[in-house]
Amino acid sequence: MSAFARVPASRAFRPAIIISEQDRHFVAEVQRLSGTNLSWCYHCRTCANGCPFVRAMDYPPNSVIRMVQFGLRQEVLECHTIWICVACHTCSVQCPMDIDIAAIMDALRRLALEEGAMIAEANILDFHREVLHSIKNYGRAHKLGIMLRYKARVRQWFADLDVGLRMLAKRKLDLKASRVKAMQEITRLFIPHWKRK
Amino acid sequence: MRGGELLDISYFPGCSLATSAKESNISLMESSKILGLNLIELDDWNCCGSSSASCLDKELAFALGVRNLSLAPPGRPLMAMCPRCLHHLRYARLRLNQEPDNRRLLERRWGRPIPADVEIVHFLEVLARMGPARLQAGQVRSLNGLKFVPYYGCTLFRPPALRRQKYFQGEMGNVLIALGGQEITKALSHRCCGSFLSAARADVVTPLVNEIIESALATGAECLVTACAMCQLNLEIRSTWEPKVPIFHFSEILALALGAQDYEGWFDRHLVDPRPLLQARGLIS
Repeated sequence: MSAFARVPASRAFRPAIIISEQDRHFVAEVQRLSGTNLSWCYHCRTCANGCPFVRAMDYPPNSVIRMVQFGLRQEVLECHTIWICVACHTCSVQCPMDIDIAAIMDALRRLALEEGAMIAEANILDFHREVLHSIKNYGRAHKLGIMLRYKARVRQWFADLDVGLRMLAKRKLDLKASRVKAMQEITRLFIPHWKRK
Repeated sequence: MRGGELLDISYFPGCSLATSAKESNISLMESSKILGLNLIELDDWNCCGSSSASCLDKELAFALGVRNLSLAPPGRPLMAMCPRCLHHLRYARLRLNQEPDNRRLLERRWGRPIPADVEIVHFLEVLARMGPARLQAGQVRSLNGLKFVPYYGCTLFRPPALRRQKYFQGEMGNVLIALGGQEITKALSHRCCGSFLSAARADVVTPLVNEIIESALATGAECLVTACAMCQLNLEIRSTWEPKVPIFHFSEILALALGAQDYEGWFDRHLVDPRPLLQARGLIS
């Protein structure tokens, strides 16, 4: 009885996954988009053991690979792991099969955005969007603008206020954005070429 | 890089060095001048896209890199200090070489040639090629056995797409040892600093940064010297470890040893004041 009691409730009653009902083409799609071969992975867990961020992930990197192989499309595209990964490439370097795991995460983020999947780490996506917004407007990243717009978006004005104020006091956040002169060249990167005049 | 002649190098500062890490930029320019490098800022450069462009849209990241390369004058190397910028520039060049048809298409769209043979070098690479003799010839102050951890972070050497290119692991240590510093090698020199998670998930970054700093203190270091402006910032703002440890930009320590005088302005911009340590070591007055 005690042995069963240790199984967490969430695990004990997880419904069975019927592999034949999953998306069989998912793995081929991820392989093509990422330029990696997922069947090289033999789940030694080196990536999971080396990853500095694994504690903040819901699935370790090798589990994500396994889930892709099983075709668990929705679970993968809605997981935290793909957004927590910062592409530090610790896993890609340590992988004995030379699989570029960060490239797999890139491909999965792209699919998640394209398919409108529920984004598990909305704040991280919001931050990326604000960085791109700044690049679109100035051609360069304007940190103060990015942080202010990000704070407005996530409505957490007081989180990190002390750090922000210290950075301002040390003149680390420029008030005025540095701009690219030929802005039309930047703007057009954000518009498909067939839409341009 | 011979004799006393100035060597022209195109220079890509990047957003961090141009703004929040100006102290790194200024000290880099000063060291370069003393060493006989004529850094010419790439005219009208744009952001390399940082992590965000490559996280959301790889093609946008590539396009941003291509525009930067299209601005590089032929015939002289393009130098960067920021590891992310270096990575994106090199990645763009690699793809232009691998996809010649794509390159011709982009040249038609941009209406100018895109040199895919421009040599893209990191500042450490330039120093390594110069050799220690040139460094020591320019040296004014000895680092007096300053115990430092060379903190390279993750991006400078790791990206798999670029792993068959030259890399200069250990070079930061070699340079500072040649200038009289004492390298501590057993800390977490290559552990990722948390990158952009510092903005959206500080709760994840703080324990990581503390781990890095703890490892440095445990091995007897007095400071960390970083190759990356983002690492420097994350190690300063996200650490809750006591005692506080000064985190230097590599170029600051280099410029100090080469005799730069206007260091007050740089160290004043640090969130952890490094001046007490440098005064104790007799490096500044």
